[in-house]
Amino acid sequence: MARAEERTTALEIDPADARRLYRVMALIRRFEERTEEQYTRARIGGYCHLAIGEEAAHAGAIDPLREDDYLFASYRDHGTALAVGSPTAAVMAELFGKSTGVAGGYGGSMHLLDVERHFLGGWGIVGGQLPIAVGAALALDYTEADAAVLCQFGEAATNIGAFHEALNLAAIWNLPIVFQCINNLYGMGTSVTQASGEPEQWKRAAAYGMHGERVDGNDVLAVREASGRLLDQARAERRPALLETMTYRIRGHSVADAGKVYRERDEIEQWRSRDPITSFAQRIVEAGLVDESELEEMRQEVEVEVAEAIKEAAAAPAPDPAQLYAHVYGDEARGEQFARMDAGAPFGEREETRSWRT
Amino acid sequence: MADVTYREALRRALDEELERDERVYLMGEEIGRFEGSYKVTAGLWQKYGPKRVRETPIAEEGFVGAGIGSAMLGLRPVVEIMTVNFILVAMDMVVNHAAKIHQMFGGKVRVPLVIRTPGGAGAQLTAQHSQSLEVWFAHTPGLKVVAPSNPRDAYGMLKAAIRDDDPVLFHENLVLYNLTGEIPDGDEDFTVPLGRAAVVREGSDLTIVAHSFTVRRALTVADRLSQSGVEVEVVDLRSLRPLDIETVAESVRRTNRLLIAEEGWSTYGVGAEIAARISRACFDDLDAPVERVGQAEVSMPYAKPLELAALTQEEKIEAAARSLLRESGVL
Ligand SMILES: Cc1ncc(C[n+]2csc(CCOP(=O)(O)OP(=O)(O)O)c2C)c(N)n1
Repeated sequence: MARAEERTTALEIDPADARRLYRVMALIRRFEERTEEQYTRARIGGYCHLAIGEEAAHAGAIDPLREDDYLFASYRDHGTALAVGSPTAAVMAELFGKSTGVAGGYGGSMHLLDVERHFLGGWGIVGGQLPIAVGAALALDYTEADAAVLCQFGEAATNIGAFHEALNLAAIWNLPIVFQCINNLYGMGTSVTQASGEPEQWKRAAAYGMHGERVDGNDVLAVREASGRLLDQARAERRPALLETMTYRIRGHSVADAGKVYRERDEIEQWRSRDPITSFAQRIVEAGLVDESELEEMRQEVEVEVAEAIKEAAAAPAPDPAQLYAHVYGDEARGEQFARMDAGAPFGEREETRSWRT
Repeated sequence: MADVTYREALRRALDEELERDERVYLMGEEIGRFEGSYKVTAGLWQKYGPKRVRETPIAEEGFVGAGIGSAMLGLRPVVEIMTVNFILVAMDMVVNHAAKIHQMFGGKVRVPLVIRTPGGAGAQLTAQHSQSLEVWFAHTPGLKVVAPSNPRDAYGMLKAAIRDDDPVLFHENLVLYNLTGEIPDGDEDFTVPLGRAAVVREGSDLTIVAHSFTVRRALTVADRLSQSGVEVEVVDLRSLRPLDIETVAESVRRTNRLLIAEEGWSTYGVGAEIAARISRACFDDLDAPVERVGQAEVSMPYAKPLELAALTQEEKIEAAARSLLRESGVL
């Protein structure tokens, strides 16, 4: 069990990596800032959880994923979707509840997905995605795929039973999965020390005979190195692992929470000064991998990309209420079967209740 | 045709589907070496090995979730929950996850999952091991819920459920496992479609609607009433969601009287649902108020006389039927 928190990562990356990682993090940051603004303008509804401050934990962990790998996340999933490469406009359109959204407007902020890129969801029940991600790893193992699963969740999810059952199953079945605990120190207003008997989550892996480690989640390269190494192990040796990435959510739990009553101003300021994006920018400029003008260019690019996404989302059509029942069931026979279950009457009694079937 | 037990009908369906489709696998507690708590999976672990017949620890939430995740990637898991009582620790996976996925993700992911589990009571298993909770699932859009009452339907509906692309809760009953009946022999593509009720006994004076084991009770009651010159029609729902209400309505239009019987509690139950629908659909056909009977509204007690008093016994169904018939002047 290695504790790698103190380890500094040598800049063994090429300029293309540096640019890609910077761009993704800048995109997430700008996307989230504009999302917050659109939310306050009531163009986005429901719960809306931002990843501001946690960009490195998303970008670093997801960067080493290969085409055949799978990805799961919690409801704090905007960063996940953007890091895996989902089209920014389709992600924003989902937040806007539009039919061009990644889930056609049926899911919203908490339930993004991208089947093509093997991102199987943002999930809304704390810890719920863990057993399901284990099942995805089971399927990869079943089909002898050279692939692994990355499953993200917050540190508060380690206190729910699903966490325990999922890690144990992954361990006894030797499944190719990396559990990424994004430890941002709070579950809503409850601190990790208040909620967890053992606040160092990586240590819990020992209970399952599993490898656990902790890295600085604001250091995108440290996260990327650990995630890449553990995913390699998962693919090649069928060894699951628990990776704890230490970070901080700069904003409140959701857009509706100011995030101030349960945290000291000093603490927030301290983490703000350790911003994962500006610190990375400084390192790659100092290392001569990129220059400041390239960074500025990328910031301009993501500015435009997010602005375009908002424009497209605003102009996109809302889902058609006639399609209300369209996806309750997936089987082809559903229309025939469920028409007979329509509210109030046997088939044929009330003509208007049958219309949705066609 | 071959005469087999309900248990053997299920086992044969699993065997044939495992043989037919590599993607089908079984998962659950004690289903391998132990052959299943009720021996439904006997011999399958030996025949297909631990990958296709996966033994799990006692972690219902975990392995139902794993079933869901593997189904999302295209496998076709058949998960056994030892008895329905233990599914309560996995309700989050069934209701919040399996049922929601297809719609919540805009129709982009399917969940071809089957959860098999027996409910039922009558062997003095007491409060925590004697429940019939199928209506909890039938309440939930996104799930399909079936409850066959005989070997032929068990065989055909389990095969249909495994081939279905949606999550299916397959409700069995402990008392049914030893029931024998005919199933088709040598037709591996035989299936019984989900969502179709069946008239299992014809009659002209009263319709009794039931599902699962209660269908057997209803048939016994029908035979008894026949000796009093009353002919009861028995409708076997077979499927609770989708619910085949028009087969019930057609029957009520013939008999003009309806009694619903179920093993579970009546309050908010199958009877409540059918009564509501039929009171509208057959308002002009009914000669008596719709009646229903279910388990006494208590947790199942242990002592035999108490247990018998709580169960949906034939005597209770018969008494309800007789009073309904008397009320409308038939008896
Ligand atoms: C089972 C369950 N209980 C409660 C909630 C409400 N809830 C949503 S997020 C949250 C805090 C979770 O914190 P954490 O897992 O650390 O993730 P973070 O929000 O910090 O990313 C709570 C209590 C829920 N969604 N699911």
